[in-house]
Amino acid sequence: MTITTILEKLPYGESFLFVDTLEYIDEQKVTGSFTFRPEMDCYKGHFKTYPVTPGVLLTEVMAQIGLVCMGIYLTGGPAGLSFGLTSTHVEFMRPVLPGEKVTVTGEKIYFRFGKLKCRVTMINEQGETVSSGELAGMIIGPDKIRNS
Amino acid sequence: MDKTTLMATIKEVVQPYTKNPEALATLNEDTDFIRDLKINSANLVDVVLDVEEKFNIVIDNDSMEKMINVRAAMEVVENKLAAS
Repeated sequence: MTITTILEKLPYGESFLFVDTLEYIDEQKVTGSFTFRPEMDCYKGHFKTYPVTPGVLLTEVMAQIGLVCMGIYLTGGPAGLSFGLTSTHVEFMRPVLPGEKVTVTGEKIYFRFGKLKCRVTMINEQGETVSSGELAGMIIGPDKIRNS
Repeated sequence: MDKTTLMATIKEVVQPYTKNPEALATLNEDTDFIRDLKINSANLVDVVLDVEEKFNIVIDNDSMEKMINVRAAMEVVENKLAAS
């Protein structure tokens, strides 16, 4: 599957798409990047006096690149199915400011019984580690999403 | 491996994932992983992977789906050990 196809299959709309490009992907590893645009809404309130990217959004970038893109690559993005985030264990080492570009690398720990677990690391343009951790998600049917 | 040791090992494996310490304390063959131990379905995958590692066996999709309680898990492990 090509990088273009994976990007097309991402289920996010413009307001919540946190992948700009993928630089590399195979069955074990994925690398991609995202630039936090200064005009993003979150910076108006996080924080009131000075803007810093919220940790939940760093986690989301790591999940979309390191987990979801890998999941689409491994499964072909199965029709009628979706991914659900099931766990995040993430540490944050440095702040990310408006306008910064981050690069995420995800490495597959396992993909078994419909569950994908990846070790994910995010670096800034200086090559410094911003955050890292382990994320997992599962393939779930649309009916499960409605019922939960 | 005798049944007592087998059950004790399974108890050890599920311990980090259970949300219900009372059910873990009284774990027996009828203990259901989801209903009694309150293990969520994502963590159930980790339980199965830890069982694989603990017993050095490979569990296929069909066997995984059967592993809903302690009895079924013990049967799967015993069958895999006997076949290896």
